[in-house]
Amino acid sequence: MNVAAQLRTRAFPDQGQGRLEVRNVSKSFVVNGAPVEALRDVSLDVAAGEFVVLLGPSGCGKSTLLRLIAGLEPEFRGSISQDGDAIAGTSLDRGIVFQEPRLFPWATVSQNVALGLKNAPLSERAKREAVAAHIALVGLDGFAQAYPHQLSGGMAQRAAIARGLVNRPRLLLLDEPFGALDALTRARLQVELQRIWAHERITMVLVTHDVDEAVLLGDRVIVLAPRPGRVSRIFAISAPRPRSRTDDDLVRIRNDILRALGDGEEDGSGGTPIGGPA
Amino acid sequence: MSGSAALGSLGRGLVLPVGLLLTWEVASHSGLVNRQFLPPLEHVGATAWRELASGELLEALAASLRRDLLGFVFGSGAGVLIGLLLGLSTIADRVVMTWFNGLKQIALLAWIPLISLWFGFDEMAKIVFIGLAAAIPVILNLVEGIHATSRKLVEVGDVFRFNRVQFILFVYLPAAMPSLLTGLHLALIYAWLATIGAEYFMAAGPGIGGLIIAGRERFEMDLVMLGILVVGSVGFLVDRGASWLEQRLIPWRAASAQV
Repeated sequence: MNVAAQLRTRAFPDQGQGRLEVRNVSKSFVVNGAPVEALRDVSLDVAAGEFVVLLGPSGCGKSTLLRLIAGLEPEFRGSISQDGDAIAGTSLDRGIVFQEPRLFPWATVSQNVALGLKNAPLSERAKREAVAAHIALVGLDGFAQAYPHQLSGGMAQRAAIARGLVNRPRLLLLDEPFGALDALTRARLQVELQRIWAHERITMVLVTHDVDEAVLLGDRVIVLAPRPGRVSRIFAISAPRPRSRTDDDLVRIRNDILRALGDGEEDGSGGTPIGGPA
Repeated sequence: MSGSAALGSLGRGLVLPVGLLLTWEVASHSGLVNRQFLPPLEHVGATAWRELASGELLEALAASLRRDLLGFVFGSGAGVLIGLLLGLSTIADRVVMTWFNGLKQIALLAWIPLISLWFGFDEMAKIVFIGLAAAIPVILNLVEGIHATSRKLVEVGDVFRFNRVQFILFVYLPAAMPSLLTGLHLALIYAWLATIGAEYFMAAGPGIGGLIIAGRERFEMDLVMLGILVVGSVGFLVDRGASWLEQRLIPWRAASAQV
């Protein structure tokens, strides 16, 4: 039995949840004195242990939605709840990995991961074990004492994933975590993430504008349309795991999604081509 | 840097001081200047030896350094506390910072009469004055460092539910550390300048400043020169020592461009 799973059972015996309910969520920002509607009446459910991808062009509010779920934006209309409890601010039950690694430059990899545990109800020994187990989980053994500036972009993002998971959250939110990486590193980390998700059995919500990434990783792909951000279509992907990019089913769904996104453009509701910068 | 390159740069660094000393020596011996105003180097050396042998020079230096260090410790300590308060509290910042920015325009020496009246003419007043000199660069640099903390890193602290103390210890202080060290470095230099200023302008007592005053009053220019050389050397060593420490205390400096 692996150390991480043991730790989880010890720290949160009643875990195994991670259900998410988003109900009629709307959010506006004020930009240059004028209100801009980022999200309008978005509702969605994520089952415990599910891998859901929020996909859409820039400006569709997908990152905003993820920040609302994380509890980083206190002002919005509607309700968001995790396992039946309305979210209020951030919580150690929800981990998040941002597009940039956001590692503290003055702390080593191991210290960065340990900082995530500062408010965890664990003994110092359990914390040390959890840090080591998660560094191993993302394949960074041997780099625990390295500073962020000594890591490559992919390694830094691995460290960020370890930090996002170290609290054993029931829900992990990923905001375009591979967006800034080169194609090869991105492909490798996508496979890694698939492995970690299968291993950890937690709910994951991933934001991306990369259709290939969405179909490779998601149980469901929720396509958002921009201005204002809203749910446009939902694709269920039942292909068996571990998946391969060249799987016929995946290629077919990928084409369906691209077509759906293209339709959105033709009827004028989406102006930005998919794959543009976030 | 290779050994010969290091020697080369040391050699270049020595050109100016050696040149100046030679000019001084020639000017003094050739009668171009009055020896009473610019005594030759060997006279200054002899005075240094005499003062060293009698123990007076070391006594004066010890008195000055003690004052300098006390003022620096109290001043920079208070500076860190005030800087944290101003940097972290928006209200304190808004109420105090404009006022403080005006206050720092007052030349440091202008505080001497006020401090003398409030704290008397003895050791206490000198240390308060040195402390004030040390506190100002610490406050300014620490506030700037805290304000420059990346919003993205603050959000990471939010995600991990950091409390006030954790935010200070794990986010704001380390983020402001390069700035704070610059402030402390300046504080060391200012404190030493203020030490000499205090000894010069406040009631005489033991110290390098007192040595220079004594030299002036007895018209012993070699003693004055000796005092000035000691002041300069200490300042130089303090500055170099601070730079050396600064580089060793921030191993992540190379990462400043990264989030």
